[in-house]
Amino acid sequence: MSGKSLKEKKEEKVYPRPVSGEKRVYMSGNEVVAWAALACGAEFLCGYPITPQNEIMHFWSRLAPRYGRKFLQTEDELSAGFAALGGIMAGARCFSATAGPGTVLFQEPLAMAEMMRLPLVLVVQQRGGPSTATVVYSQQEVFLTSFGGNGEGLRVVYAPGSHQEMYDYTIKAFTTAWQYRFPTLVLGDGYQAQMKEALTIYDPPARGLEAAPAFPLVGAAGLPGVDREPAHWRNTFSVEEELFDALQPLIIDYYSAVPFLTEKETGFLEGAALVVVAHGIVGRAARAAVGELREKGFPVGFFRPLTLRPFPDEDLRKITAAGPRLLVVESAWGQLNKLVRMALGGTGAGRAEIYTYLRPGLGITAAEIVQEAENIFRGYAEQEAGEGNNV
Amino acid sequence: MALEKRIALGGEGGQGVQSAADILAQAAFEEGREVLYIPNFGIEQRGGVSLAFVQIGEKPIGSPKFKQADLIVALSVRSLERLEPYTGAESTILYDSSLLAPPEVADAVVGRQVYNTHAPEAFAERQLTDQKQAIPEITTGVKHMLGLPAGEIAQNQLHPRVSNIVILGALARLTEAVQLNSLEKALLKRLASKLERDPALKPLNLKALRLGWETLHQQVSV
Amino acid sequence: MSEISMPLCWRRETKPHQFCPGCGHGLILKALGMAVDRLQIADKVLFGCDIGCSLLAWDFFNLDTVRTHHGRTVPLIVGAKRVRPELVGIAYMGDGGAYAIGAQHLVNATMRNDKVMVVIVNNTTYAMTGGQLAPTTLPGQKTETSPAGRRTEREGFPLRGPEMLAAIAPPGSYVARGSVSRVRRLARLLEKGLENQLQGRGISVVEALSTCPTNWRTNAEDTWKFLEKEMTDYFPLGEFVSPHDRAGGAPKVNGNSRKGGG
Repeated sequence: MSGKSLKEKKEEKVYPRPVSGEKRVYMSGNEVVAWAALACGAEFLCGYPITPQNEIMHFWSRLAPRYGRKFLQTEDELSAGFAALGGIMAGARCFSATAGPGTVLFQEPLAMAEMMRLPLVLVVQQRGGPSTATVVYSQQEVFLTSFGGNGEGLRVVYAPGSHQEMYDYTIKAFTTAWQYRFPTLVLGDGYQAQMKEALTIYDPPARGLEAAPAFPLVGAAGLPGVDREPAHWRNTFSVEEELFDALQPLIIDYYSAVPFLTEKETGFLEGAALVVVAHGIVGRAARAAVGELREKGFPVGFFRPLTLRPFPDEDLRKITAAGPRLLVVESAWGQLNKLVRMALGGTGAGRAEIYTYLRPGLGITAAEIVQEAENIFRGYAEQEAGEGNNV
Repeated sequence: MALEKRIALGGEGGQGVQSAADILAQAAFEEGREVLYIPNFGIEQRGGVSLAFVQIGEKPIGSPKFKQADLIVALSVRSLERLEPYTGAESTILYDSSLLAPPEVADAVVGRQVYNTHAPEAFAERQLTDQKQAIPEITTGVKHMLGLPAGEIAQNQLHPRVSNIVILGALARLTEAVQLNSLEKALLKRLASKLERDPALKPLNLKALRLGWETLHQQVSV
Repeated sequence: MSEISMPLCWRRETKPHQFCPGCGHGLILKALGMAVDRLQIADKVLFGCDIGCSLLAWDFFNLDTVRTHHGRTVPLIVGAKRVRPELVGIAYMGDGGAYAIGAQHLVNATMRNDKVMVVIVNNTTYAMTGGQLAPTTLPGQKTETSPAGRRTEREGFPLRGPEMLAAIAPPGSYVARGSVSRVRRLARLLEKGLENQLQGRGISVVEALSTCPTNWRTNAEDTWKFLEKEMTDYFPLGEFVSPHDRAGGAPKVNGNSRKGGG
């Protein structure tokens, strides 16, 4: 009954589609997120101010009323997360955006979302860490977003590397979240949040991207206990066996979805003696660097995970099986590198030699990667020459 | 044009560096080029110096920041000091040769964590002073050092507030990446809400843009 | 209503309930059930229960229920209510969730006047975790983490939650304190709180003084004495008026600790 009345209410006023047709635009990453969420039917943003994601809320709170969407500025990120979960249980596509210390607080609602299979969408624009560090940029929230809760990391983490991907994957995050019902994160950073570049925005259904349906988990029609069973949602269990049994379907569901969830971009892999591995904004510097290195004649390839969780383990193992060395490049002290090592561990492909270029909290340019790769090749040449002399 | 232009701009908070950078990038976008503009933010805002980075190219842009700029644009002495790390043998430096003393910056701007992409030009109601400051020595060596008295031009012929637009006209032409008409279009778009409130600003800004576009070009050939 | 009759919205399959003998939760949930029955809103209620003993209420009713923790029940119910205003949101929690770890949620929901009802069980201790010092522990009261008794110079004075909230409560809010010693009166306060929400007036906060003989380590007589004498002396029963609703003044206690009962 109540669900129906909501629908009726919604039908009272017809709002325009936020994006019609395809439009080439030039805007900041935070604005991109707001438009993507509007375009794919997000209904409710609950958020708390933290730099560098603030403009997501700024744009949303101005745009949302035009399209019949809601906004709530909460007292902290805990409240933002739990209010979004409440909205989701009531049947709405809800999301939030945060960064740094806010991502830390978000682990509580994210963990509950994992336990109860609530499709929470969270956009994270990474800032420097640990603690409040900088408001500028980093890639230090990889582990926090992938495994931050007191659980098994049953989440999906997308790592877009351009405004186009920021738009595409924010839309996709809602679909993934509601289809698989695991919390889904879009991991951007301060650069992506603040910089402006061009992209094409579009109306997702016009491209055949139908959103997975949202549905209420409470408040169904009828008198509970008489017309229907009451909905009783729990996240606490009395004994360890009870929890173990409750977790089995979650874990099985998650890992059976892995092959459908993982995404990556590769390039120049043929004959590559060195494969540069990078994600997000560093991925584009890596792509440019690899192109340049190939022009110079260096056999270098490129691997960019688009999902950090689940990580495209299989894809990376297939590449390393051919024997290239890896150069992991990131604006953190080895967080992506740990994911890479986890992916390769125990497969025999672990023999891949891994070089790293780690710059926690610091932007990385293509020129630096080119330099680093050339150094590696130079080192090899010298090593081989040295070995030759010994013979 | 070269495949890629990298431009670093700097000035005092309130001088309109961010809107000049944004308009340039927007104009290049209108012409179908690949662009990336990133404002400085974080504690770079400390002390009221504002930096902006623009890349224009034919191929997708790599990382948002870069090591060396093709064109460095400085509206104040302090910002030129901050931009020095981005200079190289191939860099051209364009500076406001009126060399204004740093303007008074309203408290509301100083200490803001994020440099909002809408630059608060209104804070920079300033007048030229007689105390021109010496240009700091650039140790790396550069290709060209170009002075344009944008402040004087703006103050004498238009209004001190539009000196950033005079500079914009000049630097845009130096990049050889945009046409004047797309620059005008981008300017009107960027300042739309302001122009709506005060229509007199429209001819003022367009004049400033054209003055910048023409004056420097008459003085030098790069 | 006879003493053994259950409210209609109680779930018979889960009775007898799991609360300790002498615990006040059963009486509060009875009062709440009576209020829900009287207003005939069982098909609209979303009942959120916080971690702690409150959690045991998760399958207590034939009502849609969600569990959460640390006072986040308030924002969770707020979020659901904002999406579906026709729902009747009830956040049920202990004094720790409400006044300590989740205090910011309660304070801010009150400031925003969110159209939900918060029911706070005040038993002066953290019961589920084994009887530690709570924001409501009385001066001198012994707990596992104040074995020599609460010393006000070190742990401060107990928090009078409704009084604090009434001081910031916007017009249209409803703030009250009842006790399990007066169940019918408590049911009436809860009903008024729900009516306040149904009329879309504002937030309702009802604190219920409750008993915890397990952690108090009291027999029936001492349990009742502690509730009726010591607790009620410090935490007066009644309805609290926000400064907005009363010209020119600080919040004032309407009822009297001794006479407010029903």
